[in-house]
Amino acid sequence: MAVLLTKESKVICQGFTGAQGTFHSERAIDYNTNIVGGVTPEKGGTKHLNVPVFNTVAEAKKKTGCNASGVFVPPPFAADAILEAVEAELDLVVCITDGIPTSDMQRVKREMKGCKTRLVGPNCPGVLTPGIGKIGIIPGHICKPGRIGVVSRSGTLSYESAVQTAELGQSTIIGIGGDPVNGTNFVDALELFLDDDETDGIVLIGEIGGTAEIDGAEFIKSWSGKTKKPVAAFVAGAAAPKGRKLGHAGAIVNSGAETADAKKEALKSAGVTVADTITTIGDAMRKAMKI
Amino acid sequence: MDIHEYQAKQLLSKFGVNVPPGEVVYQTHEAENIVSWLNEDKIVVKAQVHAGGRGKAGGIKVCSGDEQVVKTVDKMIGMKIITPQTSESGKTVRRVYLEKGYDIQKELYLCITVDRETGGNTIIYSRKGGVNIEEVSEKTPDEIHNMKIAPGSDLLTHHARTIVYNLGLKGAIAKKAQKNILSVYKAFVSLDAAMIEINPFAVTKNEDVVILDCKASFDDNALYRQRVVAEMKDENEYDPLELEAARHDLNYVKLDGNIGLMVNGAGLSMATMDIIKYYGGEAANFMDVAGAATPERVAAAFKLIYKDPDVQGILINIFGGMMRCNDIATGLVNASKEVGLNKPLVVRLEGTNVDMGKEILINSGFPIKPVDTMEQAAQDVVKMVEENR
Repeated sequence: MAVLLTKESKVICQGFTGAQGTFHSERAIDYNTNIVGGVTPEKGGTKHLNVPVFNTVAEAKKKTGCNASGVFVPPPFAADAILEAVEAELDLVVCITDGIPTSDMQRVKREMKGCKTRLVGPNCPGVLTPGIGKIGIIPGHICKPGRIGVVSRSGTLSYESAVQTAELGQSTIIGIGGDPVNGTNFVDALELFLDDDETDGIVLIGEIGGTAEIDGAEFIKSWSGKTKKPVAAFVAGAAAPKGRKLGHAGAIVNSGAETADAKKEALKSAGVTVADTITTIGDAMRKAMKI
Repeated sequence: MDIHEYQAKQLLSKFGVNVPPGEVVYQTHEAENIVSWLNEDKIVVKAQVHAGGRGKAGGIKVCSGDEQVVKTVDKMIGMKIITPQTSESGKTVRRVYLEKGYDIQKELYLCITVDRETGGNTIIYSRKGGVNIEEVSEKTPDEIHNMKIAPGSDLLTHHARTIVYNLGLKGAIAKKAQKNILSVYKAFVSLDAAMIEINPFAVTKNEDVVILDCKASFDDNALYRQRVVAEMKDENEYDPLELEAARHDLNYVKLDGNIGLMVNGAGLSMATMDIIKYYGGEAANFMDVAGAATPERVAAAFKLIYKDPDVQGILINIFGGMMRCNDIATGLVNASKEVGLNKPLVVRLEGTNVDMGKEILINSGFPIKPVDTMEQAAQDVVKMVEENR
């Protein structure tokens, strides 16, 4: 079993008939993703890319039995689209949209508390399971079926990781996105990969800002005694200047824990093999797996 | 997006926050009217630039009497403010704020910002506000308190009461502070702020609670629905190249090095800066050609980097995925013709039609070097810039 996107997934696209929705759904269909329909308000009853279009997610679910959605809705309406999919009780919602106001995502977070739907993103490249399908914008041809789980905040760095682990192949690639308020985090993704019998090693790609990588490191540390899986990591932004920050809040809130170096240290101390540059993440993974 | 102190105070006062009376001036002759309107013994003259540490840099002066105020304003307009939060050349003062001065009993610290850990907001506060707050947080972290508000939840009266209690306030002062904190939070949420920092959050000798300095920044993604805030943007506070980049929808930040970068994706941009540093070079900019790297956008981005006089060599790192590399290469060659390229240019392209793309670059007649890997690209550009010196 891969994670999140499996043989059982029936996928719809929200914002289906828009330029982005159309372009990336075409590619997802080319990649053999089981796309069963799409949602665009006012266009229900028509067909697009040879599958039916619905006015609402609830209707799409009733007619197609869909359980996963990719959201390509423009930023002002994206949070509402996510919540529509959540209320329709889909298992997985992957939001690709970049530029959603933070307070909209805070609202989403509040509404999703305790609910069964998993959100990936927003502002992310999506999820791809080689040989099964994809939701989002990860180019299919660079990914190969295999046993490495990739989780990344950055889209393009997840592509680099896929290329470098091509010989090993990937079980699933998860782009969690770089927004301050998002759905799935490193800990969630690590948990999924840890429980997945088709994943043997994990690549984790972090960035400066926030503390999600530190939480991930803490989580990996807590594995001791349980079944462990080798993890290789890279954290981007070591050369980024502290920047002309406004006010003192940055220095006070973060107290240094959000720098690339602090994150790399935390991961190392959790037993993770940390790559110096993104170009050696494949080597780091092989080293961690002792191959 | 950041705004000036006086603008932040204008916004906050609409939410019932107690802000000192004041007015902004652009020219010295405007000051006299303001002084007579304020009619105060003590007037504070404050340089309006987007940077902290103004006080220590001579950007805040307490004055009394018309003459002293006008003189100070005259001196301040046009002066350079250099603080740890500006570049080395500093920031030119174009606006000066005049406001009522107070006798202060206590300087407290209050800041609201988004908390990445919980996805909600967090209120950071301290009894030890004032200019040395960073030192306080470093040396006595116990003096910094934190109140986390769950995502999408309101700040309730009991939250504000706890904050006020921890700030050591009592009686009428506590009531006033509580009201102000609730109002600031309301403003934060209503205006889609990313951060509002009040330092000092002051208690005056005559037992009033007032916001003496305020810095505010806002969620760029929400500016489309915050017109009042969006109109407060002061373009003088930005690097001209950054402004031009914003017009082309490019994420660009000017840095101190000499290797110009053009990359697609923020993560890959950072990783490219990292690898350049790893091989001993330094990036002149961060540049994320966000969204689709079309030939037109690539050309616009390239011309922008080329314009930067600090740039002595350029590295282009595009992981196209679905992009056609021959299109990108054509865009680059056309842009090279326009600028008359004579700086070393190393290009790493990944995506469809890579070989066609490379051929176009090699046959362009310009000093463009296509390479296969990011590692090679970084090593080459660092070396070429070094040799050109």
